[in-house]
Amino acid sequence: MDETIQLQAAGLKKKFGAETVLNGIDLDVHKGEVVVVLGPSGCGKSTLLRCMNGLEAPTEGSIRLDGETITSGGRNITKQRQRIGMVFQSYDLFPHKNILDNITLAPVKVQKRSKAEVEQQAEKLLKRVGLWEKRKAYPRELSGGQKQRVAIVRALCMNPEVMLFDEVTAALDPEMVREVLDVMLELAQQGLTMVIVTHEMQFARAIADRIIFLDGGVIVEEAEPEQFFTNPQTQRAKDFLQTFTYEKRKTS
Amino acid sequence: MGFWNQLNTEFMARYLPWYVDAAKLTVTIAFWGILFSLAVGLVCSVIRYYRVPVLHRIVAVYIELSRNTPLLVQLFFLYFGLPKLGIVLSAESCAIIGLTFLGGSYMAESLRSGLESIEKSQIESAQSLGMGQMLMMKEVIFPQALAISVPGVCANMIFLIKETSVVSGIALADLMYVTKDLIGLYYETDEALLMLVIAYLIILLPVSILASILERRLRYAGFGN
Amino acid sequence: MLDSGISVLFLGRNFLRLLEGLWVTMRISLVAVILSIPLGILFGMFMTLKNPLTRAVSRVYLEFIRIMPQLVLLFIAYFGVTRAFGWNLSAELSAVIVFTLWGTAEMGDLVRGALISIPKHQYDSAAALGMSKVQTFGLIIVPQTMRRLIPLTINLTTRMIKTTSLVVLIGITEVLKVGKQIIDANRFDYPTAALWVYGVIFGLYFLACWPISSLAKKLEQRWR
Repeated sequence: MDETIQLQAAGLKKKFGAETVLNGIDLDVHKGEVVVVLGPSGCGKSTLLRCMNGLEAPTEGSIRLDGETITSGGRNITKQRQRIGMVFQSYDLFPHKNILDNITLAPVKVQKRSKAEVEQQAEKLLKRVGLWEKRKAYPRELSGGQKQRVAIVRALCMNPEVMLFDEVTAALDPEMVREVLDVMLELAQQGLTMVIVTHEMQFARAIADRIIFLDGGVIVEEAEPEQFFTNPQTQRAKDFLQTFTYEKRKTS
Repeated sequence: MGFWNQLNTEFMARYLPWYVDAAKLTVTIAFWGILFSLAVGLVCSVIRYYRVPVLHRIVAVYIELSRNTPLLVQLFFLYFGLPKLGIVLSAESCAIIGLTFLGGSYMAESLRSGLESIEKSQIESAQSLGMGQMLMMKEVIFPQALAISVPGVCANMIFLIKETSVVSGIALADLMYVTKDLIGLYYETDEALLMLVIAYLIILLPVSILASILERRLRYAGFGN
Repeated sequence: MLDSGISVLFLGRNFLRLLEGLWVTMRISLVAVILSIPLGILFGMFMTLKNPLTRAVSRVYLEFIRIMPQLVLLFIAYFGVTRAFGWNLSAELSAVIVFTLWGTAEMGDLVRGALISIPKHQYDSAAALGMSKVQTFGLIIVPQTMRRLIPLTINLTTRMIKTTSLVVLIGITEVLKVGKQIIDANRFDYPTAALWVYGVIFGLYFLACWPISSLAKKLEQRWR
């Protein structure tokens, strides 16, 4: 991780009608940094990620990628999106294309790279996540965990500078969560810049360089993972972490 | 059975060529009508789906007009009414235009429901891969939407083939016309009607069977995640 | 001259005659729909029986009625049945019979579709609440099928109105026929009458069908 700011939110506000979802977010993500965004449901985590990829237009403030403002619907948006990969909760593989075609579609058609070269990269990536044998299968033939790993490969194959992960394990059966998280851990170790929204607390603690705790549309607390999980500074963060622990029932 | 024994097979053989010609006309009109309906329907469904300003209101009016009037009335207007405006069309052209006017709206509705069944998340994931509008349409939305529309489109095709039976109303010598002619001329009613039914079965059964095979295959091979 | 053509409609009882002509087909549709609804409900329930024989019979009936153009059915009833059985059916009666048979098949298929669309767990959870079969049907199944069926039934009515326009082709004097009579009678005084008369008939059909199909669409959206 170096000090270059790669992705930046500045005074970011987002309203849906009368409802304010993000109320002034300032966040710098440095090159090679892994930022995990935590917070109760409805706190605006997903909206923050969606703004970062131009899927939602900010009501106020801006998102900048290497200093260049991302404008939803702007002329450069498709160019900018190629530099930011995003993986969704619902995988959203293209159901009418097989796994390999899912992965190669955008690099070949959008980035105009040679098919052979893209397929080579896809092979490398698929092998890394252990799904090379499934390259000819269709998404419906894969388990949720497998689909999600393919979705990650699909995004990676665009050679993005930043990856956004929006609750990628939330729709998975518990036994499949691990296989997806392991892939993400590996990516983090290789120094990919990542912004992750998740509900997996142990995973967050393991992967994050920095935790952002979001509540009510503002950043309530920002800390290194050890600090955040062992000694949260704000009451709201304490309450939030409390919901993930169970105390043994007293038998009397 | 009495009915079959009493049939005048010699009569049937003699007038078979009439039916063959009539069937050809029916199929020709249906073919062009369906083809143009698909084209009109495709354009209209895209206009409706993207809510293209102004145009989508015009399309909405067209769809209501087309779906709420009978083909026979549309044909009478085209064939007998329009010449008074100086627009003279042959009966065949009227039949094909009428069928397209009717079928376009049915196809549009089927195709649009296909387009609208594509989940928003599919579009977003295509966007997140940097795809532009056209590429997304071609690679992601259309292939899925068309597959979903297939049963509706097939049902419309069968509907349109059946609807061609009214073109006898504007004096086109189709299957209905020939049948009525033979009944009027020779009173060989059973034979004429039997040949009529058989002719329609020969045209419609394969289409209907093909449609249900296609539908079943799509359902089983379904993309359903 | 276009402006002279339209005035033919206001000549004498011409417009009224057109409306009377429209009423002829409306009457046929109305009777056919009213008969088709109860018969179709019975037929729909009949189709859900598991017996292979009843299934085959209802299947053949449904498929034959559906694959044949309605005009062919009309010809069979009007020209064929008359001769085969020696009954002398009036054109209007044959039309009512044909459209009732057609309506019953269509309605039956709608009812069957609505019945099988109710997921099995609805039956199971009703049973788990200790409901009897009759209670399950009356309190759980019927109310749910109604919401699907009512818009579709209303739609069937507009289809019926559109389809009954065919009866002119078996010689019933309805709106198109009356229109033709008006045009023929005024051929020399109003040469452009055809444009206006058929245009107005087009409009009349639209005015008859559009409110009904809009109602169906509204209900469908509200009850989805």
